[in-house]
Amino acid sequence: MALKIVKGSIDRMFDKNLQDLVRGIRNHKEDEAKYISTCIDEIKQELKQDNIAVKANAVCKLTYLQMLGYDVSWAAFNIVEVMSSSKFTYKRIGYLAASQCFHESTDVIMLTTNQIRKDLSSPNQYDTGVALTGLSCFVTPDLARDLANDIMTLMSHTKPYIRKKAVLIMYKVFLKYPESLRPAFPRLKEKLEDPDPGVQSAAVNVICELARRNPKNYLSLAPLFFKLMTSSTNNWVLIKIIKLFGALTPLEPRLGKKLIEPLTNLIHSTSAMSLLYECVNTVIAVLISLSSGMPNHSASIQLCVQKLRILIEDSDQNLKYLGLLAMSKILKTHPKSVQSHKDLILQCLDDKDESIRLRALDLLYGMVSKKNLMEIVKKLMLHVDKAEGTTYRDELLTKIIDICSQSNYQYITNFEWYISILVELTRLEGTRHGHLIASQMLDVAIRVKAIRVFAVAQMATLLDNAHMLTGNTQRNGICEVLYAAAWICGEFSEHLENPMETLEAMLRPKVATLPGHIQAVYVQNAAKLFATVLKSQEGNTDSTTAQEASQLMIDRLPLFVQSANLEVQERASCILQLVKYIQKLQQKDVEVSEEVCALFAGELNPVAPKAQKKVPIPDGLDLDAWINEPPSESESEDEQPKAIFSKEEPKHSRPRHTEVDEKELARRREARKQEQANNPFYIKASPSSQKVYQETPGVEHIPVVQIDLSVPLKVPGLPMSDQYVKLEEERRQKERAEKKKKDKKKRKEKRSGRGKKHDSGPESEEDITPAHMVDIVTEEMPENALPSDDDERDPADPHKALDIDLDNLESAGKRPLADSEKLPVRSHRAAEVLKSPAEDEEGENVSSLEPKKKSSKEKREKKKDKDKDRKKSKEEKKKKKHKHEEKEEADLLCGQADEPAFQSEETNEVVTPPTSTSADVSDLDFWLSNAPVPSNTQEAATVAAAEAAPAPGAISVTTPDSEPEEPKDTEMEETKSSKHKKKKQKREKEDKEKKKKKKHHHHHHHHGDKGGEESVQNGTVEEEEPLPPMSNYCLLAENSYIKVAYDIQGNLQDGSQVVVSVIFENKCDSFLKSMEFNVLDSLNSKLQRPEGSGPHDSLTIPFQLPPGVSNEARFVFTVQSIIMPQKLKGTLTFIVKNEESSTHEKLDFKLHFTCTSYLITTPCYSDAFAKLLESGDLKSSSIRLEGVNMPFHHLLARICFHHHFSVVERIDSCASMYSRSIQGHHVCLLVKISSQTVSVDAKCDEPTLLGNVLDEIKQTFSQC
Amino acid sequence: MIKAILIFNNHGKPRLSKFYEHFNEDIEQQIIRETFHLVSKRDENVCNFLEGGMLIGGSDYKLIYRHYATLYFVFCVDSSESELGILDLIQVNSQVFVETLDKCFENVCELDLIFHVDKVHHILAEMVMGGMVLETNMNEIITQVDLQNKMEKSEAGIAGAPARAVSAVKNMNLPEMPRNINIGDISIKVPNLPSFK
Repeated sequence: MALKIVKGSIDRMFDKNLQDLVRGIRNHKEDEAKYISTCIDEIKQELKQDNIAVKANAVCKLTYLQMLGYDVSWAAFNIVEVMSSSKFTYKRIGYLAASQCFHESTDVIMLTTNQIRKDLSSPNQYDTGVALTGLSCFVTPDLARDLANDIMTLMSHTKPYIRKKAVLIMYKVFLKYPESLRPAFPRLKEKLEDPDPGVQSAAVNVICELARRNPKNYLSLAPLFFKLMTSSTNNWVLIKIIKLFGALTPLEPRLGKKLIEPLTNLIHSTSAMSLLYECVNTVIAVLISLSSGMPNHSASIQLCVQKLRILIEDSDQNLKYLGLLAMSKILKTHPKSVQSHKDLILQCLDDKDESIRLRALDLLYGMVSKKNLMEIVKKLMLHVDKAEGTTYRDELLTKIIDICSQSNYQYITNFEWYISILVELTRLEGTRHGHLIASQMLDVAIRVKAIRVFAVAQMATLLDNAHMLTGNTQRNGICEVLYAAAWICGEFSEHLENPMETLEAMLRPKVATLPGHIQAVYVQNAAKLFATVLKSQEGNTDSTTAQEASQLMIDRLPLFVQSANLEVQERASCILQLVKYIQKLQQKDVEVSEEVCALFAGELNPVAPKAQKKVPIPDGLDLDAWINEPPSESESEDEQPKAIFSKEEPKHSRPRHTEVDEKELARRREARKQEQANNPFYIKASPSSQKVYQETPGVEHIPVVQIDLSVPLKVPGLPMSDQYVKLEEERRQKERAEKKKKDKKKRKEKRSGRGKKHDSGPESEEDITPAHMVDIVTEEMPENALPSDDDERDPADPHKALDIDLDNLESAGKRPLADSEKLPVRSHRAAEVLKSPAEDEEGENVSSLEPKKKSSKEKREKKKDKDKDRKKSKEEKKKKKHKHEEKEEADLLCGQADEPAFQSEETNEVVTPPTSTSADVSDLDFWLSNAPVPSNTQEAATVAAAEAAPAPGAISVTTPDSEPEEPKDTEMEETKSSKHKKKKQKREKEDKEKKKKKKHHHHHHHHGDKGGEESVQNGTVEEEEPLPPMSNYCLLAENSYIKVAYDIQGNLQDGSQVVVSVIFENKCDSFLKSMEFNVLDSLNSKLQRPEGSGPHDSLTIPFQLPPGVSNEARFVFTVQSIIMPQKLKGTLTFIVKNEESSTHEKLDFKLHFTCTSYLITTPCYSDAFAKLLESGDLKSSSIRLEGVNMPFHHLLARICFHHHFSVVERIDSCASMYSRSIQGHHVCLLVKISSQTVSVDAKCDEPTLLGNVLDEIKQTFSQC
Repeated sequence: MIKAILIFNNHGKPRLSKFYEHFNEDIEQQIIRETFHLVSKRDENVCNFLEGGMLIGGSDYKLIYRHYATLYFVFCVDSSESELGILDLIQVNSQVFVETLDKCFENVCELDLIFHVDKVHHILAEMVMGGMVLETNMNEIITQVDLQNKMEKSEAGIAGAPARAVSAVKNMNLPEMPRNINIGDISIKVPNLPSFK
């Protein structure tokens, strides 16, 4: 055996290896191709051998040849063979070759799945690494689906080298197999805090890449990233995170506020220019997002612009480039700030570096105003003349057109000038953008009525000088403008000075060398001109001109009749016959002009690009419905006697039909399209005229007479745009002078009255009046067009599939992973039960199963860890919150409320839909709210008001609710006195909320005393009022050491489980430890205890509480019946330990399971809702709530939040709501409000449950 | 994301091409030619970023390059990558090439890249994976590459000895190569690089 190997390798010695191949190629400079083809033959021979070493060597050489551009896909199978070698050396060669030349349509990839899986679970980390690297290059949807679970397991591999690769490759897997994102996301998130910096960096990388496409789904990760940003030292990671924040801030302005400080710190501390630049960039993004709300940030923007100016002025070209790049970001929102640096940017246009010039061009777009447009364009025109290289010149051309035409020609004051600019641009040699100029000409001529006379004259000259444009084959792109010229001359021929001449120009024989579509336009418009000529000669006794025109047409048109282009031919022969007939009539002296003109009568109006899409569908027209009865699916259906089926049958079958048929329809449509495409007589709909130009084949093949032009290209009679600049300047001066005169007059008049007005100062934007009466005809839209601007994303974008909501992945019961979402795990197939003969395969399966079991264990552990993490982060939040409290108190003392913060908060609150207020969102809110939360400020105000003018009488009169006064007072005292005391914030919030409500009553009453005015106002502004922050946590028990609050949520996955989240907060100065939680089980509800423990054992809480700290634990309860609320008695025991002593303490509590807590927020569509109500299975019940004094949307939000409902539909002061219990009961509500009386009509399939839920709703509102 | 990494010499001859998105061989060659065309006509002291070109396929993509002696290192990236960060990475990249290949050869030059394109690929794989940056720490990259090379050597064992001997003999006339072609063994050793910070 060993001998064989040695022999094999001795053979191999004489094979060419990679170095030999390279050397050989270099030595055969002259006949490289021939040499390589012999090498390929050798390689083919080598691949046929059994020796894997020889094969690997051959594959290695192939990889090199692939780089040189040789197709090596024929060796794909051999590559797979080498990949499956057991030796790392060869495996690596194989995977490298595969990564270089495999792609999605390589069919042998199917064969690799098992091999890759084996390599992934190899004990050698480098085998795994090599497989992951290779897979990252050629992963297909199939591979992604089959291997997703294996890769996920690798994400928690012991070796960081594997972990980081596995994490990174997940992005590729997500792209190919989007379903894997949700199940893999928690683990990915976990890797953000991996101890190894490489793994962490990989995770950041992946999440940044994901978030770049769908930033809103990753907002909830902001706190985590923030922590990483302040703790990481890896510049690469920092850059990624900072870039990510740049993408997130526009979605969440409060985030920006938090970022500013650490970013500025980084800017000051870092030495890496790359990091510094990204920081500046994100600061800009933050300022932009902030300033959209508040105007006073423009100063900071100015500062940034100043800093960027320094970058742009730097001698380092890279910084100059980046400075311009960042500047363009500011430009979008703050064009004014950038405009002041026009000088600098124009200077950059002269830079020798094209990249920099292009960036400067981008900036110019936003710098123009009515005042400077002409000047800037003049400068650009100079550049156009100077520019070498068509790409840059074409770029200039498009930019000029972009700049001028932006926002509906907003900045153009003189359209004559613009037309002449366009005409000047036609002199550009070899530009690709002829059609762009043409469409501008058409657009301006059609939409600016006043310019038509001028435009027509210009176009006529252009037509007359057409040889200039078509003279050179290179310049074919530009002859597109003739299309526009001919059309404009024809359509607006009444403005032509000398139509006869233009007609002659349009019928020159050379026209026949133009592309077909242009000729067609020529012919058609020649006919229009002909009509005009006839009309102008009407009534003229001397009919020679008219006859000349007819003769001209008859002489010239036959040339076009012979055209190879069908369109030209058809039009020409049609018109020729027409003219011949007209000539006959003319000879008989019959007046024909009227009839001929009627051929082309009617005004053409521009149509908005999306007009067609926006035509509203008339009522009662269902475009998807069948016009006739759908053809039967199968013959057997036909045979069924129809009479047997009752009326219901079609109702049910219909929707199914359409669903099936949609596919069928699409197929037929496709078939029809195919048919039409093959049918030469079918006139295809041309989507836009521009496209047609591009697609026209054979432009190059049309023989064009070459004219050697040595004459300068100044066409006599063509306008020079420069003269307009001067003219315009003069005009403006004149205007100004006139204005001054007028002003003087006015002033004189006014002097007798008031004092004089302030000086008009330098000319402002608005002062410049356009030279012509410019009436831009607006583009036509269909009547009652839909306003929606549905610029949807490209459906082919692979990232669209990754737009998946990830927020509520972890919070229990929100939308956990459904079974169908779990990653496919490999298991024994049924066939293997029969003992498959291949034993090694069996063994392989077993080995691949083992790590899986392990992984599930790991998962469980990870879950615990995660819980801990979450708790930790909560702790931190609470600490922060505490600081806020102190701040509040300061505010309270000053009696000031932070108004701007309040406003921003307000808008935010309104935006977040109350139906989906998930725990995560509110967590993020807590994290983000640096400034006091609105309720706090309000509370402050309340307290202040209460102190200043206590009016207990008023309160008791207006608030007939049952809440006693005392608790409120104690609360107040607490907030004031216990400065260091940590309080459970969520609970506190609720209290505040209540108080706020009181305050409402209070205020209301006060105003009521003074006069009804303000109370009316109160009623009208209800929509703008912020939603008070809400929390479901309510107090469970409290003593001097500890405060315990809880919330109950149903578990969607298991109809008999609820999760109780309990927050423990240490109120004292001592250490709390050994906490044990126990509940006395009832028949119906039981606390789930770990296996092996008795039914009365208590659960140890897995954490200790240092002074002032709170933490959360979760307990799962099993419940049988959920239709009744119930209370469970329980005790919490703990040890209070301080320096001197430790005591054992006990706290009793009652855990209240409300019926509400069994409900789960479930969205429901209105049609499903209607069906549900119609079904008649539901029992109804109703309640009335009196004296509810809160806006309707608050009311709904409250029901949604506290009782887990979702709004199905809302019409004015009436809303339908829906919820579902964990055991699948439907609960439907119809809530109406009329003058403080709320009536709730409810339906549910379980009357007892419904009754209890309604009672609880009543309870909630009686508390306010 | 990085769309492609290209290394070619002053004459446009590809020395390494790594595409993280599939193109067929002809297009790849076209891209290399076009990129070379774009990059080579730029002066030495202009910025290292440029736009345009078929490969870039939209305004989101950019070419970021560095020119060292006889070689151009070009990265094609989209907007999620930091421009200056990638420039730093190219620096690390070339340093790692130099450091790693240095172990085998005294003075790394373009020729080493030519003859050991597979090694260069393996090094690159430790740095960038599937278009995303995997590792930026030079020492870590070198450690991993070394470990893998050691493994390769141990695998070759006795069987590899004759092959090694033959290739050693073949490599003996390597230093003569530069005379045959007009490149000259200009070093791309790190100290000669314009440092970028």
